[in-house]
Parts: sequence; C-alpha cells; structure tokens
Amino acid sequence: MSGALPVETRGLIKRYGRIVAVDGVDLVVEPGDVYGYLGPNGAGKTTSLRMLLGLIRPTAGSARLFGRDPLVQGAKALDGVAGFVEGPRFYSYLSGRSNLQMLADYDEPDSRARIEEVLEVVELRDRAKDRVGGYSHGMRQRLGIAAALLRSPRLLLLDEPTTGLDPAGMRDMRELVRRLAEDKITIMLSSHLLYEVEELCNRVAIIRKGRIVYQGALRELMAATTTSYVIRAGDPERARTVCLTQTGVENVAVEDGVVRFSADEESVAALSIALGQARIGITALTPERASLEELFLGLTGGESSDHDRAAVAS
Amino acid sequence: MTAVARIYRWELAKLLAQKRTYLGLGAAAIVPVIFVVVLLLQTGGPNDVPLGRYIRDTGLAVPFVVLFFMSIWGFPLITALVAGDIVAAEHHNGTLKTILTRSRERGEVFAGKVLAAATYTMIIVFAMGLVGVVAGSIAWGFHPLTSLSGTKVSAGHGLALLLASLAIYTLPLAGIAAFGLLLSTVTQNSAASVVGALMWALLMQLLGVLPGTESFRPYLLGTQFEAWHGFLRVPADWAPVVRAVWVCALYILLPLSAAYLVFLRRDVAGE
Ligand SMILES: Nc1ncnc2c1ncn2[C@@H]1O[C@H](COP(=O)(O)OP(=O)(O)O)[C@@H](O)[C@H]1O
Ligand SMILES: [Mg+2]
Repeated sequence: MSGALPVETRGLIKRYGRIVAVDGVDLVVEPGDVYGYLGPNGAGKTTSLRMLLGLIRPTAGSARLFGRDPLVQGAKALDGVAGFVEGPRFYSYLSGRSNLQMLADYDEPDSRARIEEVLEVVELRDRAKDRVGGYSHGMRQRLGIAAALLRSPRLLLLDEPTTGLDPAGMRDMRELVRRLAEDKITIMLSSHLLYEVEELCNRVAIIRKGRIVYQGALRELMAATTTSYVIRAGDPERARTVCLTQTGVENVAVEDGVVRFSADEESVAALSIALGQARIGITALTPERASLEELFLGLTGGESSDHDRAAVAS
Repeated sequence: MTAVARIYRWELAKLLAQKRTYLGLGAAAIVPVIFVVVLLLQTGGPNDVPLGRYIRDTGLAVPFVVLFFMSIWGFPLITALVAGDIVAAEHHNGTLKTILTRSRERGEVFAGKVLAAATYTMIIVFAMGLVGVVAGSIAWGFHPLTSLSGTKVSAGHGLALLLASLAIYTLPLAGIAAFGLLLSTVTQNSAASVVGALMWALLMQLLGVLPGTESFRPYLLGTQFEAWHGFLRVPADWAPVVRAVWVCALYILLPLSAAYLVFLRRDVAGE
C-alpha cells in the first residue's frame, strides 16, 4: 500500500434530508503534508472527517485512506490512521490510563507497551491515574491525541483540535501538532481559524457550504488575496497621496494618524518603493491579518457569506 | 485472548462501573430475602403458585416461587435496564465513535456487547437463585423438595433441578435482553429502550392470559418462563423444555440479527 495517498476523496457527498452537509468534495492529502481543512462552522468539516474515519456512510462518492475505503474494508482501512472528530470522548468513570489500556485492547494488545510513552508526549503522565471525569477540556483534548498516537499512526485526522481551549492551551496544542509533523506523521487538521492553518499547514482545502472553494498552498492564496495593510508614516497625508496614485492599492483612508488600504502583495511591494522614492519615511508597514471571511470574499467575488449554513439540495 | 474476548472483558468492566448494574443485581438478590422475611412474619402463603404450598418446608422451594413472581415484570425490568442501555449509553456519551475508530470491526464490538448483556442476564437469575436457597434454608432448613408431581426429591437432587430450572429460565429473559439491545441500537435512547423492552415483555405476558390466544400461547415468550415446570415433574417432562429452547432461540436471534445489521451500517454522528 505504500505509494497510495494518505487521503483521497472523490465526489464525496453526504446529505441529511434536504441539507447537503458535504457536497462533492475532492481532497488529496500527500505524504508529509500538514493539511489544513479550513471552513466556518457548519461548512462540513466534521462530516467529511466522519466519512474518512468510517463513522458515517457517504451518500455518494468515495473516501480512501492509503488506498483503502473504510466503507468496503471496515476497520482495516484505518490501519495506520488515527484521530478524532469533534471533542474526543472517553469513559469518564475510568482513569486516563485505563481509557488508554482499553483502547489499546481495541487495537492490538502490544500497543499497551506504548501507553507511558504517549502519555509523556502529551504531558499527561502525572494525571493519568485520575478519572477522566475530572479532566479539563484541554486535558481531554490531549488525551485524545495520546489515544491516537497509541496507534502509531502514519496519518492523523484531527477535528478542530484547538477549539474550546484557552490561549495557552491553544499554543500548547499547536506546538504539539508541529512536533508530530516533524516526526513525519502526515496530519490533516480542520479549523475555522485562518491564522491557525496559516501557522501550521503547508497545504489547505477551504470548504464552504459543503463545497471546496480552494485547494492548494495557502501562501499562494494569501498572496493573491487582497489584504488590508496599515502604514505609519511621519506624514500620513503625503503617504496617502502616494497611495492614491498606485495601481492595485485600494480603499485608501487615513484613520487615527495611520494610512489604511487594501492591496495584493505585489502592489504593496511597488508601493513601498514609491514611498521611498517620494522620500516619505515610514515606521511601519504591516499587513492586517486577513480573516476567513475576507478570504471568502476574494474567492467568491463578494457573494454574501452566511455562517450557519442553509444550503438546500436543489 | 481473541479480540472479541478482550472487548467482552472491557464490556464487563464498563457494566461493573455503572450504578444500574448494581441496582439490577441488588434487586435480584434482595427480592428472595424480602420474600423469606415476609413469610416468616406472616402466616399463610402463596398457595396457588407452583411449589407455593411447600415454601416453608425447605429453602429449596423459595427460588422457584420467586421465579414465578418475578417473571411478570421484575426480571424483565432488571434485564431491560442493562440491555436497553448497552449501546445507547455509548452513543449518548459519544464513546461509540471512540471505540469504532480503533482496529476492531463493528461486528466484534457488537459481539462483545451481546456477550456482556447475556452474562449479566445469567448472573441476575443465578444470584436470585443462590440468595433464595440460602435465605430460605436459614429460615426453614435445607430439606427434600416436593416435586410438582407430589413426590419427594432429595435436597441434592432438588438443587440440581434448581440449577437446570434457572438455566432454562434465562432463555426467555435473554429474549427480552435481545429485544432491548435491538431498541438500544435503533433508538440510541436508553430510557426508550428500557421502557420498550419492558412493554414487549408485558405484552407477551398479556397475550398469554387473554382469551382466544390458546392456539399460539405455547409460542409466546412469556410462556417460556414456565418451562422449568418440566424439570419438576417426576418423571421429567421434556416437551416444555425443548420448546422453550427453540422458541427462545427465535426470540433471541431475530432481534439480535436485526440489531447486528443496524449496528454494522448505522451512522455514528452527533451525541
Ligand atoms: N447528524 C446530522 N444530522 C443532520 N444534519 C447534520 C448532521 N451532522 C451535520 N449536519 C449538518 O451538516 C452541516 C455540516 O456540519 P459539520 O460537518 O458538523 O460542519 P463543521 O464541522 O464544518 O462545523 C451543518 O449544517 C450541520 O447542521
Ligand atoms: Mg465541526
């Protein structure tokens, strides 16, 4: 099975009555990818991952993990694959360690030997004897990763692993994902946070209302997207005048002594040269973090974007 | 150990971690004690039920009499309490997705649950039997038993007959457990499954006492709770026993097969 793609879906569709949760999704995750599956709430991320993990049956289309279809091959398709959808769930009346022992027994018993190691990786060793019922959300999330690592996966599927965590917890989780990626594990993680995916992932698929609206390198997309920028200059009014003369620089405005505008990367580079030639000293030229919404505006040409979806089968 | 045996062991561990298991087991064990205590305090007794007249003769008669009273809804309720919960609880807690994303096929997970529910059903019946004999023997001694044919059988032989009776009594209960497990799988709702399985048991009893049901009465699930009477005749009457075996096999296997197919295909999403 080597050579087969970690994830490959073709025309994946999942319908719930009149709602099309996932609407013809084609995904390709290659070995070594840290693949971001980006989309707002209700876009269909969890539903897609459920189909990959064999938890639900696609209405149409196929999902393959290393060339194996969970619908056809059942649990064998999950060989070398681990992960969770939504929050990982455990038996609250058992300790963290007992939960892992149980899950090891649902795999192959020799994976029990790895329990202490994976507890160490997620830094839960000193709380492993406590009942999961008393764990914080962040600890359960980490135990979810530990349970996945117990399977020595070559592919990790993580559904919004940082959602619901406090800022420190989010940072730790991202750090953990980065470390795992360095260990040559292919990772597919879903998120509704653009900057998170930007920070962690080399490639992305962006899903909206069940459809993939972009797939590829995130850098290229960001470069092509008009982003907001802020300039701090000694003389904002003159800076503004220069901005207005530049092609590709739009929505120029001066607010609170700074110049704001939107432009793509190429136009910004040209602008910086123009400002220098006009001998306008600047103290800062910073991109404002584009939101997922702005990215969508770029991708869909300004079509309104509602968060909670109501895409209806036609 | 095979994969199913490992899952079965954990399914038992899960049952042992749940209050309802002890509630059921406790109820099964306490009923014969209450029975004995009440009969010690009162004169008279359950003269119109099988072996009821001899209940103060020997502790051996106690479990037989309790079997009769608990067949109407006591044992069905205690059985349904666990069987109706065994899939639905995992769905409710979201742990079904956790165990279904490991290396085991759904069929193996299902088999583990079936075995655990069957084990529980057997244990509650034998627990009642054991406690009944002990409590009854403390009250009235461990003496020979009068059979349903009116002849005396030795205490040792009576005990063997009791064990055989408990075993055959487990079959119709397993039929109720299988139905509860089916509801648990289909509805994914614990309360609905417990109530539904109990209703199924009561319906089977009700059909058995209504007029006009004589023709199919021998094939009702409720009727099989009396199959042990066959063991208590001298000589033993095997007809009701044999019938209980195949009738209950149908009542067990049909719902289980349906539950199995649903469990294999069902979407595991949401909580
Ligand atoms: N089991 C289900 N039954 C009915 N609708 C569902 C179910 N699961 C998801 N949906 C719907 O499908 C859409 C996509 O949901 P989901 O995949 O959870 O999105 P995301 O994970 O991207 O937030 C939503 O509109 C959601 O309401
Ligand atoms: Mg989701």
